[in-house]
Amino acid sequence: MRIGVFVCWCGSNIAKTVDVEAVAEAAKSFPGVVYATDYKYMCSEPGQNMVAEAIKEHNLDRVVIASCSPRLHEPTFQRCIGAAGLNPYMVEMANIREQCSWVHERTPETTEKAIELTRMAVAKVARNVPLFQNDIGITKRALVIGGGVAGIQAALDIADAGHPVVLVERTPSIGGRMAQYDKTFPTLDCAACILTPKMVDCASHPLIDIWAYSEVEEVNGFVGNFDVKIRKKATCVDPKLCTGCGLCLEKCIVKDVPSEFDEGMGLRRAIYSPFPQAVPNKPVIDREHCRIFNGGKCGVCQKVCPTGAISYDTVDEVVEEKFGAIVVSTGFELWDHSALGNYGYGKYPDVISSIQFERIMNASGPTEGHIVRPSDGKTPKSIAFISCVGSRDDEHGHAYCSKVCCMYNAKQALLVKDKLHDVETYVFYMDIRANGKGYEEFVKRTIEDYGANYIRGRISKIYPDGDQMVVKGADTLLGKAVEVRADLVVLATAMQPQHDAKDLARKLGISTDQYNWFSEAHPKLKPVEVLTDGIYLAGACQYPKDIPDTVAQASGAASKAIGLFSKDAIKSEPMIAYIYEDTCVGCGLCVDVCPFTAIELVEVVDKERSTRDNQVVKTVARINEGVCKGCGTCSAACRSLSARLRGFEGSGILAQIDALADMVKIKK
Amino acid sequence: MNSDSKVTTSPLSSMSTPTDPDFKQQIQAICGENVMSCYQCGECTAGCPAAFSMDIAPNQVLRLAQAGFKDDVLTSSAIWLCAGCETCATRCPRGVALSKVMDACRQISVAEGKVAKDQRNVLKMHEEMLRQIQTFGRVHEISMIAAFKMRTGRFFDDVFAGIQMFLKGKLGLIPSVIKGRKEVKELFDKQ
Repeated sequence: MRIGVFVCWCGSNIAKTVDVEAVAEAAKSFPGVVYATDYKYMCSEPGQNMVAEAIKEHNLDRVVIASCSPRLHEPTFQRCIGAAGLNPYMVEMANIREQCSWVHERTPETTEKAIELTRMAVAKVARNVPLFQNDIGITKRALVIGGGVAGIQAALDIADAGHPVVLVERTPSIGGRMAQYDKTFPTLDCAACILTPKMVDCASHPLIDIWAYSEVEEVNGFVGNFDVKIRKKATCVDPKLCTGCGLCLEKCIVKDVPSEFDEGMGLRRAIYSPFPQAVPNKPVIDREHCRIFNGGKCGVCQKVCPTGAISYDTVDEVVEEKFGAIVVSTGFELWDHSALGNYGYGKYPDVISSIQFERIMNASGPTEGHIVRPSDGKTPKSIAFISCVGSRDDEHGHAYCSKVCCMYNAKQALLVKDKLHDVETYVFYMDIRANGKGYEEFVKRTIEDYGANYIRGRISKIYPDGDQMVVKGADTLLGKAVEVRADLVVLATAMQPQHDAKDLARKLGISTDQYNWFSEAHPKLKPVEVLTDGIYLAGACQYPKDIPDTVAQASGAASKAIGLFSKDAIKSEPMIAYIYEDTCVGCGLCVDVCPFTAIELVEVVDKERSTRDNQVVKTVARINEGVCKGCGTCSAACRSLSARLRGFEGSGILAQIDALADMVKIKK
Repeated sequence: MNSDSKVTTSPLSSMSTPTDPDFKQQIQAICGENVMSCYQCGECTAGCPAAFSMDIAPNQVLRLAQAGFKDDVLTSSAIWLCAGCETCATRCPRGVALSKVMDACRQISVAEGKVAKDQRNVLKMHEEMLRQIQTFGRVHEISMIAAFKMRTGRFFDDVFAGIQMFLKGKLGLIPSVIKGRKEVKELFDKQ
């Protein structure tokens, strides 16, 4: 065994408090060490060359670098010794910077500690064994979950790069929230005008399959090799025969179902398409409201269908498909303000949410774009917009800012003035957060050119008086309580994760934050990745986002998937867990603690107890090597020492502890 | 808002006084400034050399005007204590010349008889100064001071400062006149 020790000064970071030359000198006497030296910057090119030359010159087979944290430079030195001909895993880092020089004064004890840390690393490297990476094949096909603007953008980007995509959407049409909006800030593009062409592009793209009215049931496998079960819900309409003529929608006798797409401001039939520009343009039967499925007699839609596309006995179909990458773009929900007693528990018809107002303003909405009050159909003369309804409000579970409300309040206050010239608009706000390209200017325009009355303060109460609503609030800039009498009150309710976001996270094996937004791998440097490789986030399923941010992130997620697909195989990380099956008793403790759901229990033949005639089966744990991240939680939890981590075997760790104990003994 | 008070903000407890949404247009018609441009950053108050003596801060004058609390502005001492130095106008990031707004508010306050009782001497000073300009085309200090003291009855205020100014030759006994007195008179007649 020939170990080389290289002690780094890190400029003055280490050398200031640690006598690095003394550390190198001491290392020469450690068992197995044949060469030791120090240098100012070991990670620099001359430093790395020094390591490579020493390996050749002294015929080293293992290396210890006494420098910074392995998190910073272990990969650097793995590459360095790999290029010099050694197995990359025959290097150990002794962290004498973060764990020594940075946290101690310059005393003899500091140098002593650096020597002890180096001694421990030498003991461990002596027991290192070569590790090798494996090649894992990739299915070059992507699954996009959620057909809003994020999913649409991601699907188009991936398909345009030449890879097949399945776009799964649980409602009958793709389009998502954006399809509901009237116009978009700050340019006032009509939302439908810029979204529907993209929806049509998706439908006509030869590499994109849209599976509407479908949901993800189960996800197994790992990066490059996901096995996904998808439930295609029964629509009762054969998509191959249906031409989307819409005759069934007209003739359906159930006419009083509140429209989800119109946020309850309009009605739909029991057989329906959410909106006229729906993609795919095939209606579905809502079995909860259809008379056929509720013991009644009907069958009108089947009779009128000119192509005979409707049959009432279709059933859900669960298909299993293979994918290499998954883009999660499941979006958000809006908080139901009927939890707020002081705003009337949602019982005043003229207190509506912003998304409902969006539908009222929309030319294809329930009022065909005429701005009227829901209670009596009158045109409002004064409208109050209230920001932060549930947002920035710990008491109602959303401590965060919903990020887009300031802008759509300004947009709605501007657009409504465009349609009704003599309407007076009031916007109650806590702060105006207009931090995007052209946003601040847009708010300024709303205030200066469109005369919106901005009042800084929260609302304490909304109550009816006559046929108006009284909004009681404060103008904190004046230090005065104020009252506004409004014909219509529009609440900017908080954005929150989908109610079943946690379920999907569990299926995908990804984590969520305290609110159930999906967690990214790193808030700054890995904003679209999650901790599970091959799964990427796009849009508001991660955190409230506006359309520009959503589309940018969707393209980011798509480019990550395309990057993955650009390789024919991926390298597996060798420093992962494995199970020593001879001693494993299959207790399943490791399965429970694994944060990546990388472990499952399997049945194997018990070699010890089996005879030639009698095969005995036992249960053991098995690591999915594509999913394991090498965190070591399983090996810490395992009671029979059967779950082990390559590169961190018990023998190496114990050798480190022994080395430390020896040195302490010598000191005494 | 009580104009005698030195408190710069009133507590939230009181309900609002009636508002006049046309107040901002009235100001704009006089001085051309759009008070809605103000986003209440407070830079005007921060730099104002007279703010310490005002009952409401300069930025609050703008906020009250935005919200239409006309009487609160017109009866305030702030509009009269503004010296018109234009520090606020120079520094405003939204380009609102608050000094002009103050001027407009003074005009409206006079026209509507809303001048605060304890600020009426300031108005008299303004009036005497204008009279000087109407007569001489410029200010003749001694006769202006005499007229002001006759109107206010405050004969012994600032006497010491007056003597010092006189000794330094700041107060000329004989009024000087300007060349374009006719034109100045025409300006006054136009009003």
